[in-house]
Amino acid sequence: MPNRRSLIAAAAGVAAAPLSPWRRAEARSTTPGVTATEIRIGNTNAYSGPASAYAVISRCHAAFFRMVNEQGGIGGRQIVFLSYDDGYSPPRAVEQVRRLVEQDGVAFLFNTLGTPSNSAIVRYVNQRRVPHLFVASGADKWGDYRQTPWTIGWQPSYRTEAQVYAKHMLDRNPDARLALLYQNDDFGKDYIAGVRDVLGDRFDRVVRAASHEVTDATVDSQVISLQASGADALLTATTPKFAAQAIRKVHDIGWRPLHFLTSVSVSVASVMQPAGPEKGIGIITAAYNKDPTDPAWDNDPGMNEWRAFMRRHMPGADTTDINYVYAYGVALTLMQVLRQCGTDFSRQNIMRQATGLRDLEIPTLLPGIRINTAPDNYHPIRQMQLQRWDGTTWRRFGEVIEGTRV
Amino acid sequence: MSGPPIGSARASGAAGPDAPAASRQRRAIAFALLLAGAAVLIASAFLLSPFRLFQLTLAAGYAVAILGLNLVTGYNGQISLGHGAFYAAGAYTTAILMTHFDWPFWATLPVAGLASGALGYAVGFPALRLGGFYLALTTFSLAVAVPQILKHRAIEDWTGGVQGLFIAKPDPPAFLPIEADQWLYLTTLAISAALFLAAWNLVRGRIGRAMRAIRDHPVAAEAMGMDLAAVKTRTFAAGAALTGLAGALGAVAVEFVAPDSFTVMLSITLFVGMVVGGAASIGGAVVGGLFIVFVPNLAESISKAAPGAIYGVLLILLLFVLPGGAAGIGRLAVARLWRRDGGR
Repeated sequence: MPNRRSLIAAAAGVAAAPLSPWRRAEARSTTPGVTATEIRIGNTNAYSGPASAYAVISRCHAAFFRMVNEQGGIGGRQIVFLSYDDGYSPPRAVEQVRRLVEQDGVAFLFNTLGTPSNSAIVRYVNQRRVPHLFVASGADKWGDYRQTPWTIGWQPSYRTEAQVYAKHMLDRNPDARLALLYQNDDFGKDYIAGVRDVLGDRFDRVVRAASHEVTDATVDSQVISLQASGADALLTATTPKFAAQAIRKVHDIGWRPLHFLTSVSVSVASVMQPAGPEKGIGIITAAYNKDPTDPAWDNDPGMNEWRAFMRRHMPGADTTDINYVYAYGVALTLMQVLRQCGTDFSRQNIMRQATGLRDLEIPTLLPGIRINTAPDNYHPIRQMQLQRWDGTTWRRFGEVIEGTRV
Repeated sequence: MSGPPIGSARASGAAGPDAPAASRQRRAIAFALLLAGAAVLIASAFLLSPFRLFQLTLAAGYAVAILGLNLVTGYNGQISLGHGAFYAAGAYTTAILMTHFDWPFWATLPVAGLASGALGYAVGFPALRLGGFYLALTTFSLAVAVPQILKHRAIEDWTGGVQGLFIAKPDPPAFLPIEADQWLYLTTLAISAALFLAAWNLVRGRIGRAMRAIRDHPVAAEAMGMDLAAVKTRTFAAGAALTGLAGALGAVAVEFVAPDSFTVMLSITLFVGMVVGGAASIGGAVVGGLFIVFVPNLAESISKAAPGAIYGVLLILLLFVLPGGAAGIGRLAVARLWRRDGGR
């Protein structure tokens, strides 16, 4: 039987021996994840858990990069796309991102999903100076180029969307008074910020806001008090269940405001049908992607390109799911960044090119929408087009509207 | 890992007094095993990559959380589906003290334990009137409520609301030539070991016997003069305090707390970890902690299409193969070994 002393000696020997794994990674001066033949890209998504409907985005990316590799890769390099499951849980997102950055040595992160998950990792990636490109979340904070210069969003933020609504409202009626129903969280508050951007000092005079908690049973009392304020426009910035309640209540109490509805809650199946399709007639929302179910795009060259991709590389996938359109668009944006990198795939240059996109047109975005970024503009898409509910479907109208620059 | 050594130490502690020599020898073997386990764990700090250490740090935290749940559910028979709430309470206590008051990490630990222990004591009272399924539902509702309470406007300035709070992991002392990840791993390991020792000490003594007696036959226990109410509420408080400390350890490892980190899934996950490790087992909690961290990743590496389904299949397989959890197979193995020893 081994005695105590020999065990301690053995333990000390093991402990003192190799410190090497800690230093090896730091010693290389080139960009991690970039070799002469490959470039490694990291991604997290909710393959399991409540948000797993979004997992198709990363599956689409994987298929997209396979296609790129078949066509010869980028800058002579093959793309290695590593995507892990975070179950939409912030601690697991931290774990998976550390695995990608430290273990797999990816060059950068791309389109990581979800506001909670990205909030958990944003400080880590910025401390490590890992490019954190085109975050899959509509929160406005990904555009904060001062605090988090290594993180950039992609889609129009909720704040941009609110700016678009406020602009349209003032176009229709410069003296309009706005009622704002919002969910009391980051998501809802982004809409307040957006309306404030457009109205400036007039905000307090023009806007009457009422909030609700996700835990509330209904928003009926908020709707009633907002009607009593005498507003002639209403912006509903809340999640689907409450949006359906609000639409029904507004109609039932006989209020007929110019009604804007957040693009988060425009699902026909989970909002418009439960609310009663006829009760929502005239409601306005905003979009930036081409809707794959809209017959207007049946012969659209851009959407045909997407359909051809889907047929060849994602056979059997549900082509009415707009998440595939989103994924294709954001992947094309990344390809432009990598092309602009030329031969310099250093992290600095990747970030420089991601924030140096000029009037980029993506075939799956609505006509007129262009992607622009700059070292002081981390909001790639700032334009949206309005659409109105006609009782059966959403119909686009008017020109593309650009959010204000703040 | 340290599962088997602790398990065997427990078995040797329970050995009969009729064979003092054999018992002394067993104790020596158990001690040697424990020491070897500790040596391996400490050596890991210098052999494994920072990422693997981070995973082990998380696993150690979860193991302590499961230990807390095990006191309440495994040893005392009170089913709790809400231990994620205590985990959150501990995590937030540490995060708030570190961000708003600049406390050092170690100083927040006692407060985190006390705060979640107090919460557990309060929850322990309804537990007196509610048994079985009703208690399970009560604690479950606590777990459901916690993420929403954390977002509440009244405390938003403290909790950071939906945004959560960032905290920085402690720097190693200047005289030690190690990285922050290594330091945190070793600190967590030491704290977890101390908590495991304390829990082991608790359950094998008078109080532990009372806890088990109340679980197995409350009427008989009461007739024997045990104060059911006191034991139950205090067990709940102790279990909650342990889980709260685990939350503090987990929060500083992840360096971030947010309401979405503590959804009801966390409570369920801890419960799963406890059952997999083995209810009413101290060493089993370690296996449970490792299970929580590593099996979802294993499931994902098998299939990205449906990691949840793979996880479920793995879980069912495991319960089929190890009906008593990891602790069950551990006890069986130890019993076999001892018998062979005795026959020689």
